[in-house]
Amino acid sequence: MSEQNSHPEALTAKDFKSDGPVKWCSGCGAYSILNAVTSTLPRIGVRKEDVVFVSGIGCSSRFPYYVKTYGFHGLHGRAMPIASGVKLANPELNLWVVTGDGDSMAIGGNHFIHTLRRNLDMNVLLLNNKIYGLTKGQYSPTTPFGSKTKTSPDGTIEHPFKPGELTMGAEGAFYARVIDTDPKMMKEVFYEAALHKGTSLVEVLQNCIIFANKVHEEVTSRDVKEDNTIQLQHGKPMIFGKNNDKGLILDGVKLKVVKIGENGISKEDILIHDAHNPDDTLHYMLTRMTLPELPLALGVIRAHKAPVYDQLMEEQVHQAQKHTKIKCLNDLLNSGETVKK
Amino acid sequence: MCSKNKVVELDDVIIKFAGDSGDGMQFTGSQFSDTSVNEGNDLATFPDFPSEIRAPQGTIAGVSGFQIHIGGKDIHTSGDLADVLVAMNPAALKKNLKWVRDDGIIIIDIDNFDNKHYKKAGYVEDPLNDGSLEGYQVIKAPITSFTKQSVKGLDPKVALKTKNQFVSGLLYFLFNRNMEQGKHFIREKFKNKPNLVQANIDVLEAGFHYAETIEAFHTTYRIISADKKGSFRNVTGNVAAAWGLIAAAEKSGRKLFLGSYPITPATEILQELSSRKHLGVKVFQAEDEIAGVASAIGASFAGNLGATSTSGPGLSLKSELIGLAVMTELPLVVVNVQRGGPATGLPTKPEQADLLQALYGRNGESPVVVMAATTPGDCFHAAYKASKIAMEHMVPVILLTDGYLANGSELWNIPDVDNLPNIKPPLAKANDSNYAPYRRNPETLAREWAVPGTEGLRHRVGGLEKEDVTGEVSHDALNHQIMVKYRQEKVQRIANYIPEQSIVGSQNGGKLLVVSWGGTFGAVFTAVTEMRKEGKDISLAHFDYINPLPKNTKEVLSKFDQIIVTELNNGQFVNYLRDNFPQYDYLKFNKIQGLPFMIYELKEKFNEILEEK
Repeated sequence: MSEQNSHPEALTAKDFKSDGPVKWCSGCGAYSILNAVTSTLPRIGVRKEDVVFVSGIGCSSRFPYYVKTYGFHGLHGRAMPIASGVKLANPELNLWVVTGDGDSMAIGGNHFIHTLRRNLDMNVLLLNNKIYGLTKGQYSPTTPFGSKTKTSPDGTIEHPFKPGELTMGAEGAFYARVIDTDPKMMKEVFYEAALHKGTSLVEVLQNCIIFANKVHEEVTSRDVKEDNTIQLQHGKPMIFGKNNDKGLILDGVKLKVVKIGENGISKEDILIHDAHNPDDTLHYMLTRMTLPELPLALGVIRAHKAPVYDQLMEEQVHQAQKHTKIKCLNDLLNSGETVKK
Repeated sequence: MCSKNKVVELDDVIIKFAGDSGDGMQFTGSQFSDTSVNEGNDLATFPDFPSEIRAPQGTIAGVSGFQIHIGGKDIHTSGDLADVLVAMNPAALKKNLKWVRDDGIIIIDIDNFDNKHYKKAGYVEDPLNDGSLEGYQVIKAPITSFTKQSVKGLDPKVALKTKNQFVSGLLYFLFNRNMEQGKHFIREKFKNKPNLVQANIDVLEAGFHYAETIEAFHTTYRIISADKKGSFRNVTGNVAAAWGLIAAAEKSGRKLFLGSYPITPATEILQELSSRKHLGVKVFQAEDEIAGVASAIGASFAGNLGATSTSGPGLSLKSELIGLAVMTELPLVVVNVQRGGPATGLPTKPEQADLLQALYGRNGESPVVVMAATTPGDCFHAAYKASKIAMEHMVPVILLTDGYLANGSELWNIPDVDNLPNIKPPLAKANDSNYAPYRRNPETLAREWAVPGTEGLRHRVGGLEKEDVTGEVSHDALNHQIMVKYRQEKVQRIANYIPEQSIVGSQNGGKLLVVSWGGTFGAVFTAVTEMRKEGKDISLAHFDYINPLPKNTKEVLSKFDQIIVTELNNGQFVNYLRDNFPQYDYLKFNKIQGLPFMIYELKEKFNEILEEK
């Protein structure tokens, strides 16, 4: 297992490709996500030894075995607290969590919201295929209402989560949504997520070819994709559609699709995307948009610079060490009320 | 008047302070403890409080107690029966009278002994006149009214909070204590509330002068100083455990990371370490018990000494993650402060009923090291040793303490960190071309600790079964059996690195061997040594290493005609011994009342067995 030190600049995707076999189903959406990740890693300027992947349980959570970095395949739902410990122990590490909609929305739901509100510096890829894949086809917390699965033969009777809404509700500072059929978008967004300081939550709409095939079809199929989605870019007007002639405006307290050139609407009337706005009201509305009235929002929806937990902890430790006379345990043991006999 | 009093020297004395949860009994107890340390006494304390923060005033449920045992000889427990009981109200009297020596002193706040309070405490008759206090020396002190008088002008609610100082003053007189120590304690505690300093000192003095003036105390006492040599301080088990973890981090060159969640009675470990950032300690208060231990395992993977603190219900929640630490073979220290169970059980009361959970409470073949601390001060050394084993053997260690050790305190001989045994974790070397994640040290069977960030050691660990040596995921049948055996053998071999089991008493065997473990040490040790002085053929083997057991355990057990296992549960260690050494017969003595053993009840039981023969 000999390997030489390589400077971050000299790294290529090959440096992060695992030597062993990748064992996802043939045709699984995870392959393109893995490729987008391995081609993003050389671009972010970190040593390959400083990259750590942590995961929970599920198909997506096999990810650490397929990237050649330090890796920790945890337990169902527990990726985020394991990753929090890794990051706090060594804040220099470049940390990635890969999780799924079962892993992070159900059994790890509690950890999901608390990790986001703390805002530790890590990149979380939430591979959302809206089904339990590894246990073979039971509904998940993101499965659409009424879906027939192995555990809902008559259709689900519970309302699904939108991971983005949970992110905002949990004071999350970074949220993006991408689809597994668009490698270019994934690479751009993963790169932005990696550079963002804080917990960057990227929801990847992923296809499970076996148990929920085409679950994302209305936003991935070529003929409707451009009309049914909007790719948001910070500072750019919210324009979309095959002919680039549709846009979003605020109509009272609701978002509304308008056609540029119709009813006196011009480009200037269209909302400009401000991902950096600390106020998440509009980000939340964008996250909630659903077909058929509104397109599905993709890209970086929110990227607000908020205080980062691991940096704050380092700072508190640093300050405490600077201002104390008690420098080691012997000092502490012999301070305060002691008697010598 | 003071000069007329007779001063009697005492070897030791047991005082119990009892009052409403808001009466400041814990404060007074701590104050008296600190003073005793300064006056050179040995001591042991035991706070006994309800889990409710402020239960209704005057009721039995609201009674909070603090027992202190001070003396000149070696003090090993907070004592059986109190020589002095302070009862701030009838409920405190009713709850504690059975724990007072027959001719003991009872100091009551007479202002609270009226029909209203009798009713709240559930007294039908006036306890002062129904004969129930016959034989005791009862001091009826007007504590509330005199306190009010001495701090006139103070907000009445605040004034009442100082009445514990009246009690302190009384006792400072009764035991000829240095009042300056008491005042110093007040100044330190109210450093940030200077307006309360004078009021408390005034009341303290009022209590002292009251005792001096009334002629109730014909005799006052002086407790002889202990002849222990060295540097000492008063320490609780929880604080000692926290410091032991810090010591282990310092000696190993690893940073300490505690991932934890508040739970009675373990919370003080989390609190103590939270205020030790100046020693480089990182503390993560997680969203739940699971996240606490998960973060500790993550930190351990990244090269820190990962630790978590908890109590029984929390240990249940952590079970699966501890299994993950078994599989990933990472260091992890779990300090489990036992309380009465199951479920929420008795949150503030000690019990030893998590032993089997610690040993077996996980899925699969999942051996971990299980150890126990013996006294509040020993929690330091136990936490240190647990950390040393965890790091050097790459294994999770569960350290069992209990509510008695955790909140109790003792006079503690301050160790020198420089003199503690070295800790050498098996860190993998950068760019080691032979590195394999599950390559093992042939002696210990520990794998190497390859820390992220190190060049040339990128690897992956996880909860799936590992292939021998390579650590790749493996579902191979024979490999699983090999790995299960490795994990078991690794823990067993730790027996080569721990001391042999010692015997207190007859080294070559005899009639009766008492076997105990963990926090019952003080009571069992005192009972056995007292009985030996009385000429009884009785010895003690007190265990602090439970898995693995010391190598000579079988030999120790084989030397005695009879073995009795005493523990604060329904018989867990005894079953463990039966399982390991079925060739011996075991008697058992169990107490499951959320209370520590009393020395007298142990002696009674042991004598009964000796007399049967």
